Amino acid sequence: MSAAIATPEGQAARVWKRFRRHRLALAGALVVALLLASALFAPLLAPQDPTLLDTALRFRAPFTDWRFPLGTDELGRDTLSRLLHGGRVSLTVGLVAMVTTVMTGALIGIAAGYLGGIADTLLMRFVDTMLCFPQVFLLLVVAAFVPPTLLSISLVIGLTSWMEVSRIVRAEILHLKEQDFVAAARALGASRSRIMLRELLPNAAAPILVAATLKVASAVLMESYISYLGYGVQPPLASWGNMLTNAQGYFDTVPWLAILPGAAITLTVMGFNFLGDGLRDALDPRLRMDP
Amino acid sequence: MLGSVTATAPLPRDAPVLSVEAPLLSVRDLTVHIPVPPHVLRAVDGITFDLRRGETLGLVGESGSGKTLTALALMRLLEPPLADLPRGEVLLEGTDLMRLSEVDMSALRGRALSMVFQEPMTSLNPVMTVGRQIAEPVVRHLGLSTRAAAARAQEMLRLVGIPDPARVAGAYPHLMSGGMRQRAMIAIALACRPSLLIADEPTTALDVTVQAQILDLLAELQREMGSAILLITHDLAVIAETAHRVAVMYAGRIVEEAPVGSLFTAPRHPYTRGLLASIPRIERNPAATLPEIPGMVPGPAERPAGCAFAPRCGRALPRCAEEAPPLAILTPAHRAACWNPADG
Repeated sequence: MSAAIATPEGQAARVWKRFRRHRLALAGALVVALLLASALFAPLLAPQDPTLLDTALRFRAPFTDWRFPLGTDELGRDTLSRLLHGGRVSLTVGLVAMVTTVMTGALIGIAAGYLGGIADTLLMRFVDTMLCFPQVFLLLVVAAFVPPTLLSISLVIGLTSWMEVSRIVRAEILHLKEQDFVAAARALGASRSRIMLRELLPNAAAPILVAATLKVASAVLMESYISYLGYGVQPPLASWGNMLTNAQGYFDTVPWLAILPGAAITLTVMGFNFLGDGLRDALDPRLRMDP
Repeated sequence: MLGSVTATAPLPRDAPVLSVEAPLLSVRDLTVHIPVPPHVLRAVDGITFDLRRGETLGLVGESGSGKTLTALALMRLLEPPLADLPRGEVLLEGTDLMRLSEVDMSALRGRALSMVFQEPMTSLNPVMTVGRQIAEPVVRHLGLSTRAAAARAQEMLRLVGIPDPARVAGAYPHLMSGGMRQRAMIAIALACRPSLLIADEPTTALDVTVQAQILDLLAELQREMGSAILLITHDLAVIAETAHRVAVMYAGRIVEEAPVGSLFTAPRHPYTRGLLASIPRIERNPAATLPEIPGMVPGPAERPAGCAFAPRCGRALPRCAEEAPPLAILTPAHRAACWNPADG
């Protein structure tokens, strides 16, 4: 009988096996890992101070000067250093916003799904209401009142994008709460909050994890939008969004100033999206692949 | 290890039913009437029975006779919109469970009374190790430290006959077979040594050989811990093997209640007789057709005014269609709800 018991690692190994078959997801994971590492070690990797001005060295083209590998911008700042430090800002915003989004969305989704009845109706109508407003509009309204700091931008992005997560989690909970193990937990005297947090939430981890990776991508994009519109990360602090803003005046003459941060944003968003897709496929128990 | 528990001496299977000892569980006129406009579905319709310490009462009946609903009502586990429907008295060691607040009831569930469900494959939380699932209620109810509770979890796994308990305690449920999961469920249900265990079709989902093992295990644990068991099943063979006393349910009511021996040898209610006659037996002549009870269990809407079994009953009298028979005492240990019971 005991031979039938595999190690608990069995499940993780199966998920990894399925994930590995997804080429794009692997590429996405690699890109994400490189981006995170470059953001983490930005101060070591950056060849220059990203805020150091030298107007004598404006608009250097990429690959022409070893001191400025990717050239300089309109104020003579090193583009590579600004990209690395900007990536730090963008990814921080992305991750903090994701955590906010997932926590808010998961709590509201669980409460609505498990409690049902009036609580469900009220919470879900609130979600519908929030979804009626375009997110950029919501962001700009809030940004007009809240002074833009890294934290406030992250929180504002997070608090305006949790609605999808709450719907996903609610749907998952509606399915999970009918399962026998929930009744069994009640029969053992578990309270509602314990059932929600200890029994239901861990079982909804897979869709939440997938939503989380996708939300990092959309939060990075959101930060670029609002920084581009001037409400986000304020100069001289670099972010990919405000680098784009600065570049728009010179787009016809020095296009690489826009292309480089644009490419960084695209790469990040694609990396996280592919990672999320791969996780979704690997974690979905309904997709049974032969070992 | 069971030193903290006063073990009740095992009851002989033919023990007399009347006893001066106050029953552990006393259910009085339990009803669950579900309004389904324009009808009222009388799913559980006035159930009364007692259960003593260390005793197993088998609650037997067809699908839809109200067995599971009775169990869920006793545990106060019915979900809205059914949650507020049960009426009557459920006295467990003198406390009326029906009057307790949800918080007080939660404190009793898993500690004073516990439940094992039919489906071992889905009754365990798939993302929590078996050891934790046993330990959590122990920590919650008995206030043991996490470490002591983990030790208790392994002890319980050993007690329910799982080899290598240390390893299984760290495993996730999907790695276990149905029989092992049901053993684990029993370990969870009994970890806090409840005085009452409600087992709802605990062996229905299992292979016949495993069924017998699980039933033996329940009987053995009962001897060791002295818990009372309410065993719900549609399977008379399970009852014959495990129960001390049997209550037969039909259409939401108990129609006959007797010690297991006299129920099988001298059933009084025509429905019980029909049930027993329809059990396939090896010694039966293979050419003969298996007797069956004619007709169907009446739907809740078309239940007759009198005895619910009357339309299918060979012994029905005119009175049966008009007036529902009360559960009458035939002998001190034997009760049946019938106007025209068969001879004992």
